[in-house]
Amino acid sequence: MNMVVCIKQVPDSAQIRVHPVTNTIMRQGVPTIINPYDLHALEAAMALRDRLGGTVTVLTMGPPMAATALRKALGHGADRGILLSDRFFAGADTLATSYALTSAIQKIGESRPVDIVFTGKQTIDGDTAQVGPGIARRMGLNQLTYVSAIPTIDQEAGEITVHRRAEGGVQVLKTKLPCLITMLEATNVLRRGSLPDMLRAERAEVETWNAEAAGVEDIGKCGMKGSPTKVSKVFAPSPRAEKAKMVEGDTAEAKARVAIDALAETDPQLLSVIARQPALAS
Amino acid sequence: KSKELPEHLKAYKNVWVFVELEHGRVHPVSWELLTEGRKLAAALNVDLAGVVLGPSGEGTDSAVAEAFHYGADRVYLVEDPLLENYRTDPFTKAMTDLVNTHKPEVLLLGASTLGRDLAGAVATTLATGLTADCTELAIDPNRNMAATRPTFGGSLLCTIMTQQARPQMATVRPRVMAMGEPDRSRSGEVVRERLDMVEEDIVTKVLDFIPDADSNQAQLAFADIVVAGGLGLQKPENIKLVKDLAAVLGAEYGCSRPLIQKGWMTADRQIGQTGKTIRPRLYIAAGISGAIQHRVGSEGADQILAINIDPNAPIFDFAHHGIVGDALEILPALTEAFRQRLAVDRLAG
Ligand SMILES: Cc1cc2nc3c(=O)[nH]c(=O)nc-3n(C[C@H](O)[C@H](O)[C@H](O)COP(=O)(O)OP(=O)(O)OC[C@H]3O[C@@H](n4cnc5c(N)ncnc54)[C@H](O)[C@@H]3O)c2cc1C
Ligand SMILES: Cc1cc2nc3c(=O)[nH]c(=O)nc-3n(C[C@H](O)[C@H](O)[C@H](O)COP(=O)(O)OP(=O)(O)OC[C@H]3O[C@@H](n4cnc5c(N)ncnc54)[C@H](O)[C@@H]3O)c2cc1C
Repeated sequence: MNMVVCIKQVPDSAQIRVHPVTNTIMRQGVPTIINPYDLHALEAAMALRDRLGGTVTVLTMGPPMAATALRKALGHGADRGILLSDRFFAGADTLATSYALTSAIQKIGESRPVDIVFTGKQTIDGDTAQVGPGIARRMGLNQLTYVSAIPTIDQEAGEITVHRRAEGGVQVLKTKLPCLITMLEATNVLRRGSLPDMLRAERAEVETWNAEAAGVEDIGKCGMKGSPTKVSKVFAPSPRAEKAKMVEGDTAEAKARVAIDALAETDPQLLSVIARQPALAS
Repeated sequence: KSKELPEHLKAYKNVWVFVELEHGRVHPVSWELLTEGRKLAAALNVDLAGVVLGPSGEGTDSAVAEAFHYGADRVYLVEDPLLENYRTDPFTKAMTDLVNTHKPEVLLLGASTLGRDLAGAVATTLATGLTADCTELAIDPNRNMAATRPTFGGSLLCTIMTQQARPQMATVRPRVMAMGEPDRSRSGEVVRERLDMVEEDIVTKVLDFIPDADSNQAQLAFADIVVAGGLGLQKPENIKLVKDLAAVLGAEYGCSRPLIQKGWMTADRQIGQTGKTIRPRLYIAAGISGAIQHRVGSEGADQILAINIDPNAPIFDFAHHGIVGDALEILPALTEAFRQRLAVDRLAG
């Protein structure tokens, strides 16, 4: 099995601020991690490799510092790391991101066709869940999103079944390889890297590809230029004008009574709405 | 850089909403989006249309009828047995064919697992912009849609525009937009198109659908009253205090994310950015600090009553009423006080 796992380096904390004067995002000093969902994707790929043989290549598009994320993934046991980095990729939205990643995956597939491309369900910064479907569409891969388990895979027949989280239940889907899988969280536990892997990762040279090396055909489809969406404004959510009105009272009982009065005063219908709740009627 | 729309895109007109139909039922987010779409269509002075994709039958018929009730002037309908269970390929083809033929300027979808799967595929095929999980949609003076969305886990908001491509696509999470009252007297025009696909064209097969085991699956997103607990509850046993209050109020109960991670509650009860967005009439939060990720999923509540031992807890920045105190004492006291008040009200009523 030839597998590619797309990983993104993201800020560790969601608590990013906007600079009050310049209105730009302040990332300085915020440590970075591999997007947590991508680690589940990596583990799923490595589990398949260990069962069926093959290779796991981790791929990331980002600035040179994103090599750290690749090295970490190698430490966990990935076989090969590729950093896609070029100033032409900067400012990409999901359409342009999926274009650049697709070029690189096709390049990886030149020596041996790729059977499965893995991505995380979504990232914790951009948080769109759009890059996976974008790659699938561009490469003509069968698209399997929100996958929680991969019960069977038949290499001979080139068939795979997965459990896909859908609204109100789980779809059991069967499709053909090659496919693209976006992996849900909490489906597996990431192994700790073996000592040899960690040592290897420490010294590993990640391959860095620019647009040309990745075989990008149309540079106009990359980065800011290739992005139909433009961020026109970034701002901090405005705090609510008033803080909560504090309920006074000497005992818990007194506070409870005063609180109910306060709620009923703001919403005079509240108690009758509560009395009509279906859960009470039954 | 020119903000002018390229000439060939000027033919794109009207606002479309994807009506998400599965297992014979429409996801309520579709009605929320038609309500919102009505406002956008009014601002642009164009028509509002619903897109219904499904097999022929009762479910599809009523989806079409209801789309009119919720404000659509027109429904684009693709009826085909291949559209029975959701699969990316036939739905993407149906939608992109409709867009290429009838050219909408705005296309909205719910950010459900289905909607996000479809939207990502459709936007890539059409090579247009897609803004995810929007919380506010507006039309700017140049007739472009300004889509505002939280990023970095809700700590920031950004406004995104798609100025040079059409349609301008956006997804919106369930319960973020308010649903209007249906007008059962409304009707409109149905435009039918064909799918032009056979089962052999579709590689992916649905072998089974396993409905979620818990038949009383948390209806958090739609509950009028929600009671939730956080790490301030301290022990899994104390979840009972939340459930007791919920029972007296006929409420749904939920929690902050750490309780899911500890296995104290099932994942479908998580409230917040990576859980459910709630819009209840009353939200009672006990022992929850009010982190931004929790806030974005709960601040749509009409009234929030927060209970926290720390008077400086961030939850008091967005709650309407606050009780500073020990949740383990306040929750039982509230349960008892509500029980008495409701009994009095029932006698009087
Ligand atoms: C404030 C802000 C808001 C934005 N909003 C939008 C928007 O609404 N629409 C839009 O089109 N773009 C948007 N973008 C741009 C978007 O964040 C980038 O295109 C980003 O590169 C990928 O999107 P994502 O983080 O949402 O990834 P997702 O689509 O959520 O990621 C899914 C998976 O794809 C893979 N993946 C994603 N990025 C990479 C990468 N660089 N390298 C390797 N694998 C990757 C990972 O496996 C990941 O788990 C926004 C950017 C910012 C800063
Ligand atoms: C990517 C990402 C996504 C996330 N998504 C979500 C999400 O969807 N939903 C979510 O909830 N969180 C989410 N989180 C986690 C979030 O950042 C917070 O960590 C979490 O909400 C905190 O939960 P809490 O308020 O229960 O716990 P804490 O922050 O530990 O707060 C406990 C509170 O209880 C109070 N307390 C203690 N004892 C008592 C007592 N006896 N009586 C009353 N009060 C007491 C304390 O003063 C404190 O305010 C996410 C985080 C990340 C990074």
